[in-house]
Amino acid sequence: MPTLLPIDALLIAACAWLAVGLAGLAAPANTRFIARTLFPLGALVGLLVGIVGLCFLGESPETAVLVIGLPDLPFHLRLDNLTAVFAMLLGFASAGISVYAAGYFRQGGGAAPGLLCLEYHVFLASMLMVLLADDAYAFMVAWESMALSSFFLVTTDHKHGEIRRAGYLYLLLAHLGAISILLSFGVMTSGSGDYSFAGMRAQELSPFWASVAYLLALVGFGAKAGLVPVHVWLPEAHPAAPSPVSAMMSGVMLKTAIYGLLRVGFDLVGEPLWWWGVVALGVGLVTALFGVLYSTVQSDMKRLLAYSSIENIGLIAVGIGLTLTFHAYGMEALAALAMTAVLYHCLAHAGFKSLLFLCTGSVLHATKERSLGKLGGLIHRMPWVAWLALAGVIASAGLPPLSGFVSEWLLLQSFLFSPGLPHPWLNMIVPVAAAVVALVAALAGFAMVKFFGIIFLGQMREESLKDAHDAGPWEKAGLVWLASLTVLLGVLPATVIGRIDAVTHQLLGTGLAERVREHGWWMLAPISPERASYEPLVFLATIVASVLLGRWVVRRFYHGRMRRSPAWDCGYFFQGPRAQDTAEGFSQPIRRIFEPMFRMQRHFPTARDAKPYYSVKVEDHFWHWLYVPIARAAKATSALIATLQGGRIAIYLLYSFLTLILLLLVARP
Amino acid sequence: MNFSGLLAQLFAIALALAAAPLLTGWVNQCRAWLQSRSAPPLLQPYYMLHKLFNKDVVLAHGASDLFRFAPFIVFGCMVLACAIIPSLSTDLPFAPSADTIALVGVFGLARIFISLAAMDIGTSFGSLGSRREMLVGFLAEPALLMVIFTTALISQSTSVATIVETLAHREFIIYPSLAFAGIAFTFVSLAENARVPVDNPATHLELTMIHEAMVLEYSGRHLALIEWAASLKLYAYSCLGLALFFPWGIAAGDSFLGLLAAVPLLAFKLAVGGFLLAVIETVNAKMRIFRAPEFLGTAFLLAVLGLLVRLLLETRV
Repeated sequence: MPTLLPIDALLIAACAWLAVGLAGLAAPANTRFIARTLFPLGALVGLLVGIVGLCFLGESPETAVLVIGLPDLPFHLRLDNLTAVFAMLLGFASAGISVYAAGYFRQGGGAAPGLLCLEYHVFLASMLMVLLADDAYAFMVAWESMALSSFFLVTTDHKHGEIRRAGYLYLLLAHLGAISILLSFGVMTSGSGDYSFAGMRAQELSPFWASVAYLLALVGFGAKAGLVPVHVWLPEAHPAAPSPVSAMMSGVMLKTAIYGLLRVGFDLVGEPLWWWGVVALGVGLVTALFGVLYSTVQSDMKRLLAYSSIENIGLIAVGIGLTLTFHAYGMEALAALAMTAVLYHCLAHAGFKSLLFLCTGSVLHATKERSLGKLGGLIHRMPWVAWLALAGVIASAGLPPLSGFVSEWLLLQSFLFSPGLPHPWLNMIVPVAAAVVALVAALAGFAMVKFFGIIFLGQMREESLKDAHDAGPWEKAGLVWLASLTVLLGVLPATVIGRIDAVTHQLLGTGLAERVREHGWWMLAPISPERASYEPLVFLATIVASVLLGRWVVRRFYHGRMRRSPAWDCGYFFQGPRAQDTAEGFSQPIRRIFEPMFRMQRHFPTARDAKPYYSVKVEDHFWHWLYVPIARAAKATSALIATLQGGRIAIYLLYSFLTLILLLLVARP
Repeated sequence: MNFSGLLAQLFAIALALAAAPLLTGWVNQCRAWLQSRSAPPLLQPYYMLHKLFNKDVVLAHGASDLFRFAPFIVFGCMVLACAIIPSLSTDLPFAPSADTIALVGVFGLARIFISLAAMDIGTSFGSLGSRREMLVGFLAEPALLMVIFTTALISQSTSVATIVETLAHREFIIYPSLAFAGIAFTFVSLAENARVPVDNPATHLELTMIHEAMVLEYSGRHLALIEWAASLKLYAYSCLGLALFFPWGIAAGDSFLGLLAAVPLLAFKLAVGGFLLAVIETVNAKMRIFRAPEFLGTAFLLAVLGLLVRLLLETRV
């Protein structure tokens, strides 16, 4: 009897997801069956994928050939550590999201639930296939199915024109990226015609062609990940999609692009050149700063999170850039540190960003509002969602002791211990880059305080919020799962690094695990405890202990008396909800300090206005600098070409005749 | 981790808890002298804490549980910060639990909680204070990180204890980068502790306050904890500044005598530091809130300059 290999298990999981999706078509209108049976089944499969990925880490690669597709061109599949870690991410994150979705999708949405179920599970299966693919053909097929299924998911509510536009933009950029990736694969085969990844690894590319392949991949995967300037689809598509889908796209799909970048940069294209890293570092820094600044000024909660995802992807790109530079100069220990930061941030972001997106989903369901200006005070009505969102907020702000801090800490450490790179001006870039990363981290805190404070704290800005209800049991379960992942990743960094170290070993030949393991599971000391160490559990325990002790001492020696009264507010009489900061008001300092970074249209009231109003609209510079001119040029060109279309048959005959004459003239024997 | 180390650690925490209000009282007294007012008693902050702990908590109707937890969490964060920063000796069992980057994280965590608590009641001043605090925070935090990076590059470590040991027990070399870092650190500490050029701890003029605006709704034991935490923060920053820039006299081992000898030295350094703080607060006027970015931006640039100087000019030292 043949044994069940992990790669077979993953293939079966992909098939199971497809089967679950197809089962949804059997009863497309039966919301109860689909939500309560199929989505939990999908979550179970996700959990399985996660466990297989987790257990596989550290094993030697396995391959398989799947005889489907074109004749003579089977799908090559391969499971190695890099695939396994991202499969783990996909599995664990999707388990939580699917459980949540079981409670989220209900009657009366745009698309039929059965169709939604099919698209959702095809999306999951294609992401898994992207990770498993071992030749360009299989990769592109999976990549395109992922793009298409997510396009249909984004346009679930296709009755709104705005959502259709967002979906179109997403599709456009996804295909731009796909073309770029395809070209990159083409360059990497260097004319040998062998499209398998093994063939690409065997090719010796000249530095020029290797650079071309790498840059094409950076553009292609960057378009999927949301690197500036190909990020514009992200803030449109994320708010348009239903919340579990936004969570899946932001938490998991963006990571498949990171997977692609790592796969090409460290595995397929051969020895990296040092300046590739600098390019990735620069793009990452711009992306991170841009993303965080825009996220602070948003008034739509899902757009805020979408820009925050751009910021996180930027930080990941910074880490990839550092890794590439260190790797190119043969500083493998530092490269391993930076790469661990990259992988850790991928895992952490998958946890906390999915959590936050799902929380916005619950808020949306309870209040029908996405605009921050109409929310507020929901902690009283939705305590579960609020407290779980707080975990995501702290992690997202990069604060100890949760998951976001660990990766940020590792990233800053790898900046700090760059002991003089061989290039003098690289040495100057590194501290400036570290400064930008520090600024980004601090600004992320601002954005997250705004997000949490405006939605959950304060007075309710609308009367209707009084009827808001907390999340249902399925939704709670999904949120709790993701929140516990965030906490676990935060407090057990040494254990997690011990597992994901297999990837660093595979890609760089060295890792951190030996040195991390020396100091016990509670302490994270990637180099040595004298140089840098972090013990999140002690950290957490000290704070908890002083909180409890403080509380006990106060109660023991003084008293615990308390009474309620109206708020003081310096004795001002008017204390209605309109006296609080609005979302726009809260971010006013950022708009003022970073004014040139935004394209703003503002209207200020004057003293003579009968009906004074204030409005501010913040738009993306890149949209007007880059996309509008391109769109205009495309429109002008097509208008020019359209003049050829006279509509009269005589004119078309004339064209044919002229073409014939021209051909006869040109193609003379 | 050994027993005497643990004892030294507990002693350091106890000293911080006990001495922090005294430092605040001392600064207030110096300020009163310099401004020719009659000074409040040196022990005034203790009377204040005692009074507040005795009073009932008056909680606004709209307050959630977050509002009630936040003071305890802020207090806990500050205790942890004081536990990590070597004030008397560098042999602290808690020190490995958080290095300097995590220390910045601790302050960040406290800031987030106090800002969120300020938004919780939903008053105009609360959210105003919270917004301004986050503004000061996101400007000051990177500058502080850059200062720390400079010292970390000198000592090849981000662990506070190692930094202090390296800086204290080296031969006397003047690092130009440390001068830049020191000025930047002073700027940052003024901003972070709600001191005069950026905020005014004595103000109750609504439109100018930051920290006070956030804690307006607090009363009783909650307010006492917040005030105590503010004192602890000033103490922690002072000790951090002393540890990074004037580390002489901090005991390296855990000998009891060394520890005892370090106490009067620390008291002297803190007294001088507190007096200088009062001088700064007296000769400066509070600036408009939108001058604060320039002030802190200067600090950030100075800190980055310090880092560059360290990397480009001092790498051979």
